Amino acid sequence: MTTEILIAGFGGQGVLSLGKILAHAAVMEGREVSWLPSYGPEQRGGTCNVTVVISDERISSPIVDSYDIVITLNQQSLSKFEQRVKPRGILIFDRYGMVDLPKRTDINMYAISAVETAHAEDVDKMLSMVVAGALLSISPIVKPESLLAALQSVLPAHKHDLLPTNERAFNLGAQCVVAKEH
Amino acid sequence: MESEVRLMKGNEALAHAAIRYGVDAYFGYPITPQSEIIETLMAQRPWQSTGMTVMQVESEVSAIHMVYGAAATGKRAMTSSSGPGISLMQGGISYLCGANLPCLIVNVMRGGPGLGTIQPSQADYYQAVKGGGHGDYKLFTLAPSSVQEMADFVSVAFDWAFRNCNPAMILADGTIGQMMEKVVLPPARPRLTDDEIAHKYPWAIDGARHSRIGSNRIASLELDAAVMEQRNCERQHKYELAEQNDARAEATLTADAEVLIVAFGSAARICAKAVDLARAEGLKLGLLRPITLWPFPSAYLREAAEHARGILCVELNAGQMIDDVRIAVESRILVEHYGRLGGAVFTPTEIVSAAKNIFKL
Repeated sequence: MTTEILIAGFGGQGVLSLGKILAHAAVMEGREVSWLPSYGPEQRGGTCNVTVVISDERISSPIVDSYDIVITLNQQSLSKFEQRVKPRGILIFDRYGMVDLPKRTDINMYAISAVETAHAEDVDKMLSMVVAGALLSISPIVKPESLLAALQSVLPAHKHDLLPTNERAFNLGAQCVVAKEH
Repeated sequence: MESEVRLMKGNEALAHAAIRYGVDAYFGYPITPQSEIIETLMAQRPWQSTGMTVMQVESEVSAIHMVYGAAATGKRAMTSSSGPGISLMQGGISYLCGANLPCLIVNVMRGGPGLGTIQPSQADYYQAVKGGGHGDYKLFTLAPSSVQEMADFVSVAFDWAFRNCNPAMILADGTIGQMMEKVVLPPARPRLTDDEIAHKYPWAIDGARHSRIGSNRIASLELDAAVMEQRNCERQHKYELAEQNDARAEATLTADAEVLIVAFGSAARICAKAVDLARAEGLKLGLLRPITLWPFPSAYLREAAEHARGILCVELNAGQMIDDVRIAVESRILVEHYGRLGGAVFTPTEIVSAAKNIFKL
């Protein structure tokens, strides 16, 4: 099985990091992985995205037309990538600040409140882990224990004191799935 | 630990592979999309482990000439850059070829011309394989299409360069440099000692340590035209042997291919998916991926295209490798180009559509 995933949002929201943690988790499970960032002059406040492909087979292209799962954390990304979800695929969007909501009826759409939850729970800097928790509660593409192990391997040792807070942020994720739209 | 599976960027894998291969010196100047090469080398501090020199120098012109100096002493020297920097190096590359010196030059291509853009491109094909500098010379040019190949090709390039006393190039692009994939790094080995270098490379200059047999002289200058012609003939003979023996390619589903796609590097990855999509629709597409761009794998291509009625050459440029494809098949098969330019990248379905439209599939 191959799962093609896009994560998009503002630079600084942890979009690339979430992709990286997912990729590491998949490698820990012995699967094939590609991680391709929208590298460029992006910076905090600009938009950025990352394509992660996880597969049981050798991955042909790291660049794909459409995605099994799209996760968006800002309006620009939601508007840009709604049409790139495969039919019957999954669109997960953070509802904070969204004005133009997605309209497709041939996909599974989930609104999440990760940004608000992260802020209310004082884990703003671990937003990506809240989103990860929401993602895995919707689609278990990797095991939660793999994801947390991956986080430990990605975080430099001097930041390992933040692991419990990250785990708390991750556990908040499942509760912030506010609505399944279709 | 040696065969541990890691997840890293193509640029990072290449830097780690260089340290493990026992490279003696890296000279370079940062430029996107390959700056992780020098960043990784600096972070790894190989001068503390293998004794490798890593220097960020003031310009690409300095970098290539420091490579020249180090290579002249029989050391394994390398540099890396992207198009704008590689253009600045062309004089030095020509001199290295003229002086018959081995080295590795890595170009992680970005959109051009000029400063262009930092997004991926394959528009430096001509520069790499048709001689970007002056004179009759060739670079052994490898086109990696995965992070694993970014690591593996360091040794392939250096081995060829030292066997043939000629520079080699790894021609990647922004996608291969920036993407992360699984990679198994090659085993680490020590750098050669000065005595080993003196023994293996008797041409190397060593400060006339062995002065009773005279000192070596390395230069590209030779004012006697007869001697110069002879040197050139020897170089061309070396290239002919490489063309006979050293070309590499990977063929996928070519045996029954009605339309053969030819693509290298990251474009070949996207085309591999296009072939899968087309096959699912019952369209007989196949893929030939040149791994060496020089020597161009002409014989592999002719074999792969044996039953094809058309060839689609897919490149992230305006059509450069297509010249070599046409020469290889001696224009007996219709060869068409599909490409995107200036940092834009095609998708797999875009390539299937192009194949359908062009060849009326």
